[in-house]
Amino acid sequence: MNIDKLISQRVKDVPPSGIRKFFDIVNEMGDAISLGVGEPDFDTPWHIREEGIYSLEKGRTVYSANAGLLELRQEICKYMKRRFNLDYSPTKQTLVTVGGSEGIDIALRILIEPGDEVLIPEPCFVSYKPCTIFAGGTPVVIPTKEENNFKLMPEELERYITPKTKILILPYPNNPTGAIMEKEDLEKIADVLRDRDIVVISDEIYAELTYGKKHVSIAEIDGMYERTIILSGFSKAYAMTGWRLGYALGPEAIISTMTKMHQFAIMCAPTTSQYAAIEAMKNGDEDVVMMRSAYDKRRRLMVDRFRAMGLSCFEPEGAFYVFPSIQKTGLSSEAFCEELLKDQKVAVVPGTAFGDYGEGFIRCSYAYSVDELKEALSRIEKFINKRI
Amino acid sequence: MKNEILELLQENSKYTASDIATMLGLDIEAVQNNIEQMEKEQIICGYSALINWDKTDKKDIVTALIEVKVTPQRGEGFDRVAERIYKFKEVKALYLMSGGFDFTVIIEGRTMKEVALFVGQKLAPLESVLSTGTHFVLKKYKDYGVIFEENKKDERMIISP
Repeated sequence: MNIDKLISQRVKDVPPSGIRKFFDIVNEMGDAISLGVGEPDFDTPWHIREEGIYSLEKGRTVYSANAGLLELRQEICKYMKRRFNLDYSPTKQTLVTVGGSEGIDIALRILIEPGDEVLIPEPCFVSYKPCTIFAGGTPVVIPTKEENNFKLMPEELERYITPKTKILILPYPNNPTGAIMEKEDLEKIADVLRDRDIVVISDEIYAELTYGKKHVSIAEIDGMYERTIILSGFSKAYAMTGWRLGYALGPEAIISTMTKMHQFAIMCAPTTSQYAAIEAMKNGDEDVVMMRSAYDKRRRLMVDRFRAMGLSCFEPEGAFYVFPSIQKTGLSSEAFCEELLKDQKVAVVPGTAFGDYGEGFIRCSYAYSVDELKEALSRIEKFINKRI
Repeated sequence: MKNEILELLQENSKYTASDIATMLGLDIEAVQNNIEQMEKEQIICGYSALINWDKTDKKDIVTALIEVKVTPQRGEGFDRVAERIYKFKEVKALYLMSGGFDFTVIIEGRTMKEVALFVGQKLAPLESVLSTGTHFVLKKYKDYGVIFEENKKDERMIISP
């Protein structure tokens, strides 16, 4: 029996993640210093971990409601109200998911019929395209450009809409570019979408990590609430990546269908994580402020140093990445990263890992201590000086 | 701006004015001037390293916390007594307390005997001191917000999306 033949062709056709490929190269290297991670360097704040531990001590080791603990859903809705003035019902419009990632997967799967087109602004997080294909949809990439601050432009959006378009993925604050969409940007996007049957999947996992400007959700814009699914979670804001906990908010019909799929595929998100997350929502605001302030300082350090090296470096306003252009070196993104790794033992991620439109850029995470960043930057500088 | 500079210096006093200026998005000269001014005003009282002496060959440092009860002096309250205590170089820290006793005195010495002698010969005999209670520190786990002997390894995957 040829087992390979039995595996779905549609799944086989999806290329492996560019991240994975580079991971293997870096891993072989051993002692490289890395600016490659997509998660916070902070530990989950102790009071949050302690709540998780307490729940275990109490023996709260059973399934929760499919949609998540009611108390957690209530806290999420209170948070959305206090942060973004958005009203969601904890019982009808809220689903607790296994990280933001599960939200992406099931939101796409409950919407897509074969042939439906999903608009994906690139460069972006790696999952949207594969998940669209797994769900039987057709990904349609919209390029975002450095000269537009990597924002999704309304005229570009307009150009890529067809009668088959069903979904727009809106990944802001953006990984890997650090771009954000401000209220007036979103209003222009809303103008394009308002009279069309298009659902927005707004991936707001980095909503708490914006610098100087408060995050605005597209659901806050007139006429968008009823067509928007907000995906968010605890990973980035509260440094809880390993807890695997996120949430989806949206129209009742959508959330109840997502809950149905979640119920059969997952049952419920990890109960321990949910108890910890209640504490995060209730008493974690200060931790978020502290971490945001630390990231902000490192962000300035990164931009300043890359510009001093003579590279064009867009000033990110969200997430914890800088996305400098390395076109001046004459190297492709992948070649740059491989050469840098060999020459200086520093790992950064090629922009192409986030889509073809990431060519010419590298993603450097600043979820590291200032000392680590300074060391990595000095090595990158040495490498650049040899090249330009 | 001053508080932000101070917070960074408290986090790491090795940050240069240029580091601080970059991280806060400020002008380097403004940062330099502010630091100098705060040094003059004794807002910044010094720069020192946080050392875990247990890891060195100079392990023989004994720290003790002494509870001291005193009679406040007429007209000068506790301050005059405090001054007489904190001027001893053995006294690393001195706090006026609420509750069951008046001062916490942190003493460092080479041996327990040395500390005990200091208490017995210098501190206890002071006119206004009524009583002392000496507690020796056996192990320091955390000081000034820093956890000693924490073997923290970055366990994150070196590349992740």
